[in-house]
Parts: sequence; structure tokens; C-alpha cells
Amino acid sequence: MSEHVMSSKMYYTIWIALLCLTVITAAVSFVDLGRFNTVVALVIATVKALLVVLFFMHVKYASERLTKIVIVAAIFWLFLLLALSMADYGTRHLS
Amino acid sequence: MSDSPVAVEQHGPEHLHHFVDAEQQRDAASLGMWLFLATEIMFFGGMFLAYLVYRSWYYNEFAAGSRSLNIWLGTINTAVLICSSLTVALGVRAAQMGNRKLLVILLLLTIVFGFAFLGIKGVEWYQKYEEHHIPGRTFNADDLVRDYPQIHIDQRPEQIYFSLYFAMTGLHALHMIIGVGIFVFLTYHAWKGRYTPKYYTPVEIGGLYWHFVDIVWIYLFPLLYLIDRKPLR
Repeated sequence: MSEHVMSSKMYYTIWIALLCLTVITAAVSFVDLGRFNTVVALVIATVKALLVVLFFMHVKYASERLTKIVIVAAIFWLFLLLALSMADYGTRHLS
Repeated sequence: MSDSPVAVEQHGPEHLHHFVDAEQQRDAASLGMWLFLATEIMFFGGMFLAYLVYRSWYYNEFAAGSRSLNIWLGTINTAVLICSSLTVALGVRAAQMGNRKLLVILLLLTIVFGFAFLGIKGVEWYQKYEEHHIPGRTFNADDLVRDYPQIHIDQRPEQIYFSLYFAMTGLHALHMIIGVGIFVFLTYHAWKGRYTPKYYTPVEIGGLYWHFVDIVWIYLFPLLYLIDRKPLR
């Protein structure tokens, strides 16, 4: 399955998309969107990370199901770490 | 020997005898690398958590510290890393196609991009050193207090921002240095012709590591440089 060879044109397309998103995220940070500046920056970063994982790291076409489970589990662990900790630190001022 | 009950086959590195076939061996290697990357996510995750907690407590200081970083060098470095990820991805492809010369060139290009990133990072760190923004006895954020009178800034939490800045970019740079080492190793063996369309697992696995380090930077860039760049009122 890992033998799937992707066209170099696809790699160049992803590369251009990543560069464009980098310029966009830097430019948008100068526009006053209030609290949404952070949201937009993180959404763009996540789109970039997804492009790298799915296409450059071959997860979309060449990975086994077991590998995909490991990746999803790893992201879920990180989510647990951040979400449960912030549920504590983020709500302390309420008490 | 000839009447041995088990036929001993001669395998290349692409199929070691304890794997059913080459495909299973490749999938096992890739799975193992992803498991390692899962531990790396948690390794960096602790720092991202520390960042998140302190940023929620000391937003003003984080915003002012973020403004003091050089956004041009940060953006250029992001682009440099994206270019290096492209050369890595094309390098894996060259290995799959058995194009040894192209593989060596792309691996060398990746190393060049890696050094470019580290060099630019070094310039940024040196700017921070000259501005007395390195946490410690000589730390001084008076320039930030002067430059951004609209923001109330305390010196101590300002040091926390810069501590996290240096810890996170430093840990990332350490990963880059290790990555360059891995790619020097890969280049040597690629040049020796050890990688073929049947066996290029080290290139694929080393590539996964490099892309992971790229992804860490993709998040570090907005979190450290772009906290608050909008015009001050």
C-alpha cells in the first residue's frame, strides 16, 4: 500500500497552497477581527497541518487503518491534555 | 544442507525474515514511526499547555512580546520549512521511482533549507539578546512598556512569555538539528545507492520526522508571532 506513487504535480499544488496560507495568515493578523484573530490563525494552521499530514506524509492514500487509528488517538490524547487542563485553569476565576 | 526441512531464503533489507512480506515490513516501520511521533506530540503538548495557561493569565504581556518578534523573519522561516517539506516529499517520490541522483539532490536541498531555517532563527535570537529580552538577570522590557503605552505590561510575566518563546523555539530548533543529522545520514546512504524502489523505508521514515517538525512550526508561528498584530488604538 505504501508503494502508491503520487504525481509530482500534486506535491507542487500542496506546496503552493501551503505558501499561500502562510502569507494569508501573516496578512490577516494585521486586520482587527477582535477575538476571531486567534480563531482564524489556528484554523489556517490546522488546514496547513492537515495538508502536510494527508498528502506529504501519505496518510490519505498510503496508510494502513491501524496507522490512522494511532494518529487519531495521538491527537485525542493531546486534546485530553489541553481540554481537561484548561477546564481547571480556565475556570478558577469563577469560584 | 540441501535436505534442511526449512528452506532458508535469502532476503534483502526490504524483506527481513521475521516479516510475512515486504509490505508488512513497510507498514510496521511506518506504524512504529507514527507511535514515536505520538509521544513527540505529547512532548511538545506539555509546552503548548504551559503556553495556553500563561497566555490566558497574562494576555497583555504575551501580546506585547509577540509584537516585538520579527514577523518578516518568522514568515520567511515558515516558507523555508514548507519548501523543505516539499523537497522531502519529492525526495521520497524520487526514491520510489529509483532516481538515485535526484534523491541525493533533494536530500541535500532539504539540508540546505534546514540550515537556512536555523541561521534565520539564530539571527532572531541574537536580536532578542541585543534587546535584553532573554529571561534572566539582564532582562529588560522597558522598551516594550515605552513602545506600547496602550498596553499595561508587567516585567515578570513578560519574562514568562520570553521563557516560553525560547523554550519552544529552542526545542523545535533541537529537533531541526537532529533532523539535519538524519538527512546527512540518508544522503550518504542514498549516494551509496542503498535505497531502491523496493527498499526506501529510511527515506520515508526520516521524511515523516521532518514533516512532523514542520507541523510543530506551523503551530508555533501563529501562537508566538501573531498573537496580536492589529493596530493599537
